[in-house]
Amino acid sequence: MSRHEAVSDSAEARRGFLAKLLAVCCGGLATLPPLVAGAWMILDPLRRRGAAATFLPVTDLASVPDDGIPRQFAVVTDRVDAWTGFAAEPIGAVYLRREQGSDTVEALSATCPHAGCFVEIESQGKCFRCPCHNSTFTLDGRIVAPSPSPRAMDGLECQIAKNGQIAVKWQNYYTGIAEKVARP
Amino acid sequence: MKTQPTQRGREPIATQKRPTTPGVLGQLADFFDDRTGYRALVHEALYERVPGGARWRYVWGSTLVFAFLTQVITGLVLWSSYAASAQTAWESVYYIQHEMTGGWLLRGIHHVMAQMMIVLLALHLMQVVIDGAYRAPREVNFWLGLVLMMLVLGMALTGYLLPWDQKGYWATRVATNLAGLVPLLGPSIQQLVVGGPDYGHHTLTRFFALHAGFLPATLVLMLVVHLTLFRKHGLCARQPITRPDAMFWPDQVLKDAVAMLAVMAVVLGVILMPALRAMLEGRPIVPGELGAELGAPADPSQPYAAARPEWYFLFLFQFLKVFEGWGASGEFLGAIVVPGLIMGVMFLMPILGRWQLGHRFNIAFTLAILAGIGLLTAMAMNEDYAALWADRASFADVEKLLEETDGDATKIAAHFGNDATKIAAFSARAKKLDRIRHSQSFLDASEQAEADAARSIELAGRPERIPPAGMLELVRNDALSQGPKLFAQHCASCHAHVDPAAPNAASLMAKASAANLHGFGTAAWMRGLLDPKQVAGPGYFGNTAHKEDDMVNFVQNDLTDADTWKPDDIEAVIAAMAGEAGLAAAGTDPAIVEKGRGLIAADDRCGSCHTFRDNGVAAGSAPDITGWGSREWLIGIIVDPTHERFYGDSNDRMPSFGKAEEGAAPMLTRQQIGLIADWLRGDWYRPATH
Repeated sequence: MSRHEAVSDSAEARRGFLAKLLAVCCGGLATLPPLVAGAWMILDPLRRRGAAATFLPVTDLASVPDDGIPRQFAVVTDRVDAWTGFAAEPIGAVYLRREQGSDTVEALSATCPHAGCFVEIESQGKCFRCPCHNSTFTLDGRIVAPSPSPRAMDGLECQIAKNGQIAVKWQNYYTGIAEKVARP
Repeated sequence: MKTQPTQRGREPIATQKRPTTPGVLGQLADFFDDRTGYRALVHEALYERVPGGARWRYVWGSTLVFAFLTQVITGLVLWSSYAASAQTAWESVYYIQHEMTGGWLLRGIHHVMAQMMIVLLALHLMQVVIDGAYRAPREVNFWLGLVLMMLVLGMALTGYLLPWDQKGYWATRVATNLAGLVPLLGPSIQQLVVGGPDYGHHTLTRFFALHAGFLPATLVLMLVVHLTLFRKHGLCARQPITRPDAMFWPDQVLKDAVAMLAVMAVVLGVILMPALRAMLEGRPIVPGELGAELGAPADPSQPYAAARPEWYFLFLFQFLKVFEGWGASGEFLGAIVVPGLIMGVMFLMPILGRWQLGHRFNIAFTLAILAGIGLLTAMAMNEDYAALWADRASFADVEKLLEETDGDATKIAAHFGNDATKIAAFSARAKKLDRIRHSQSFLDASEQAEADAARSIELAGRPERIPPAGMLELVRNDALSQGPKLFAQHCASCHAHVDPAAPNAASLMAKASAANLHGFGTAAWMRGLLDPKQVAGPGYFGNTAHKEDDMVNFVQNDLTDADTWKPDDIEAVIAAMAGEAGLAAAGTDPAIVEKGRGLIAADDRCGSCHTFRDNGVAAGSAPDITGWGSREWLIGIIVDPTHERFYGDSNDRMPSFGKAEEGAAPMLTRQQIGLIADWLRGDWYRPATH
């Protein structure tokens, strides 16, 4: 007992501080693993990348009459959604259009550059109109002002093979910004 | 080591002397009270003083807690039957809504109470602001309230996606795209919320975790603090206090309970109203159609023109349209900056409210925001539904002129003799007409969405059930859902598909450049073909290169010769042809069919040109009509009409949809052609009751 009494107040305080420090450290360390592991896993989507943009066969030249009117086609390819693999699934849609007498085809993504809805051809067939916020575009994809959309419809690269097969380089772009920036 | 530490500051409760309550139950209560002190807790909870007495205006907070509790109860039960994945979410919600006992009621309560909660939030907020209940010392609690409000809105937003139907899917795409506009972190936030670069399983699992885990857990924590602080500060009484104080229990609790009952009555009323209407109109009540709706399963490749957020977010949706022509900054302003600023001002309210003027500003600001929300919501509704009450017929002249001039400004100006006032009046009316047309497209899209939803639900109820790959596979292979879409896209530029008895049939057929395929394969269609008045009309060969060919000639000249072709003979041929298609009317006399077959095969009748069964006519002169109109025959002609079995060299413009050059993909897959054939033949799944 006498030894205990000999311990000075400052030593008691030091020991008390050490105990508090250790308690906080031990408790913190013990809680850290679930938090770190949780954060680690929840951030997983950040390292996921979409399929690289490739040319996907869409249709053939005969299906796109040279009348300047866009036709809608599904873009079909194999798709992976986390653990499920889909063979030949429609993943989106493009509008293909051919001017009179032209052998080249213009491709426009059907995704609205404003907020990502599905742009449709307006009932009179004179222009594109997004059913969500009324963004309007000419049949060749230019903005009809005033429009909520910050940019024209997104054009996609297009290849026509000798046998008439049309392939489109399928690509998603960020919406709501003036520049056309491809999603990773 | 083994010395017992003394219990400092803690009296052994059991040894306290207190009067015992008589009876076994009373002693049991004493036992628990001695060990927990629950009586004091209950007393503290119930015997709160309400300055100035109980009032109806104090009920909003309690109704919100009640609404949240309802959501917890119904949500947990929904959870027990819900499976979050792209192939099971819609399917499990379908099962809850349409097959599980009481599923429609439970889901209905959850769905309607969620909307009720938004209304109650607005009322609670208004009451707090108007009463100045955010003033010191209640600032922190006001801020907590705002956080709680955002949590509730977050749960509403995340819950909308969970059924994984078209509506939720497309609304969520827009919402998450808007999240991507947040400076710097936006794209990462979007990718984290979506669970990857694309929408799928992990979008659902994450939204579900947010909806049923992260957000409500946070909400409960915040709510505990919110209520504790509320009790700590006491009720912020309406001034001046003119009446005597009352106790929370039972005076205010009674008012709260009545309000809760009213809330629940409204919720049940909304759910059951359609049932009441059905009952009054003598229609059967289908429980699955009550409560929350379930759209067609989400399909990223299928446009959804009826995409709208839930009504309480409609103002935000409409707000984005306000920034027309602002470029990229418009959407950023509308979706991020303005809502952020409004929330910012609300957070500052307790500070502003220290001054009387500031308090007035707060009230005015809150009312202005609510009025703005109301106005934007009304505008959005008006844009969508204008066609319902607009008189489109009064715009007939505008429509006509627009069609005549093809919308060309100079031609329109010329029409009005370049009179500026007339032109201005015309363009104002043209704008109105455009709005009506736009609204009509929305209404049509909504109607289509409802039809798609009903069909999905019908298909899901097949005895074979939903395949493991999910509902979407079933929908994509359904002739009734896909046929019209494929036909519209690939066939309708030439062929009409309209009931000849329909009022607009004549004009639609006149516009078409090939035969009307409505009812193709049936006796009715064949009867029209063999009608001298119709065969060269727009419904058959009238608008084609065959309008003066042998077939037309035969029908108009040979068939009208009553000596060779008695009416009974023609009817027999019709019956036999419908029999080839497998679409003969029930109860058709086999003897008549047999007679018809003989006439068709005969070399002095149809068999003079057409190959039929084993009549030995060489292919090439006319289409082989063996199995005419059958699935196999239709697929054959769609795949390649230029095949010698069909039109050969005399094929008139019809593309070979299933044939492609070496290495190229055909225009349509066999599966798509099969769907078109099935749809034309009316061959699709029908529930047994129909």
